[in-house]
Amino acid sequence: MQRYSIFSLARNALTGHKNWQQVWRSPSPKKEYDVVIIGGGGHGLGAAWYLARDHGITNVAVVEKGWLGGGNTGRNTMTVRSNFLREASVPFHEKSLDLYHELAKDLNYNLMVSERGMITFIQSSAVNRVQMQMANTMHIYGAKYRMMGLDEVRRRVPIFDPPDDMRLPIHGAIHQPRASMVRHDAVAWGFARAADARGVDILQQTEVTGIARENGGVTGVQTNRGFIKAKKVAMAVAGHGSVVADMAGIRLPIVTQPLQAWVSEPIKPVLNEIIVIRSYHGTYLMQSDKGEIVIGQGADPYPSYAQRGTIPIIEDATAAVLEVFPSFERLKLLRHWAGMLDMTFDGSPIISKTDVKGFYVDVAGSGGFKTTPAAAKTFAHLIANDEPHVLTGELGLDRFHSGRLVPEGGVSANH
Amino acid sequence: MLLIPCPFCGEREEDEFVFGGDAKRERPTDPTSTSTEQWVDYVYNSNNTKGESLEWWWHAQGCTKWFRITRNTVTHAITPESDR
Repeated sequence: MQRYSIFSLARNALTGHKNWQQVWRSPSPKKEYDVVIIGGGGHGLGAAWYLARDHGITNVAVVEKGWLGGGNTGRNTMTVRSNFLREASVPFHEKSLDLYHELAKDLNYNLMVSERGMITFIQSSAVNRVQMQMANTMHIYGAKYRMMGLDEVRRRVPIFDPPDDMRLPIHGAIHQPRASMVRHDAVAWGFARAADARGVDILQQTEVTGIARENGGVTGVQTNRGFIKAKKVAMAVAGHGSVVADMAGIRLPIVTQPLQAWVSEPIKPVLNEIIVIRSYHGTYLMQSDKGEIVIGQGADPYPSYAQRGTIPIIEDATAAVLEVFPSFERLKLLRHWAGMLDMTFDGSPIISKTDVKGFYVDVAGSGGFKTTPAAAKTFAHLIANDEPHVLTGELGLDRFHSGRLVPEGGVSANH
Repeated sequence: MLLIPCPFCGEREEDEFVFGGDAKRERPTDPTSTSTEQWVDYVYNSNNTKGESLEWWWHAQGCTKWFRITRNTVTHAITPESDR
């Protein structure tokens, strides 16, 4: 792998940028792999890299029906945070934040981690109570989450200007300083480049059409480029979890729902923090590095595979943003899109073995970008050892059998 | 914006309605002979159909009628149940 640095940049600038190497290979599929990972997004590519680096398993293929990061890795709003409610969730999401902060160095790839901090407005005593409970759980695991008065909100966010007669007045806020924005494409590309350098085959435009099984275990995957034998098959798809798991005869506790986002035209920097207006359906906004105001809300209220969303959500969330930030009124909207969430029954991820031996599933639940590195690392551990990582012991499919759920639906369904 | 055909009020915009779930989901009829696995499958697992899906909808902001439609979860094309 050609290492990137200020020196390689200078050297290549002086030689007319003609000597950059290709970032990853495009090999033909081998007949057999130890592990085939379905899904070339952040989770799948990351799991491949951790398998190679931490577990010495390099005879691995990542099969992707489209292009790398072209699914929901490229459709989220790039926010990473760990403000969650349950003891099974907070350390997992904290680990993800830790890994995001060190990955750029490990991957030798700039992920453009921008530690903005997240301010969540408190507009009711119910929200206040939940946020305090979250703060207490988070403090146990060393995650900083603190109350913030309106004076400090005004100091940090000068453009904050809600009307006096606001329907649900803002009484204060709560702040996670370490919440960040991360360049989402770079996460897929960085993992892909580093995994490829360790011998992982990345097979783009390779669609899995069937999962072969014998005697209760997987034997390989049928693809549009032929049959590929595999000792283990790991599914890391988002938005099509039920469809792929069905090929292995597994039913999952998920519903596929669109999660929309839209951005304004770019403007000069006015908003450093990520803002969440929870009482208006979890509306959130932030300013991207390019200057666009990015707006989103919770998931659409009915299942869909359409990769586009419903209009009332756009109207609702934009109205919420304009009530708190009336000065954005004249901004023009530039783009709108929807990603797909494989929303789990309890809102938490599933990283699990299944009843089919050698078939593993990683379902992001409520939006998997923030969990990418932790999910990839723990998923690789599970694939390599056939036992869950200590961080995901309570995130297996067996929780739906025991009834020991990890309910995060109310605090997770956005970004 | 979906235009949903309420059998009583006719086509109305989607924000008058509440999605009521998969209409093909069937509660086990006899609790005494239903295994834990069957209950788990009924309570948690979903068909999550890609394509034509028979669904319950509730006209909460209108006549409050519960009714079923077939909706394609990829194209969002809707067929009222009476047309089938």
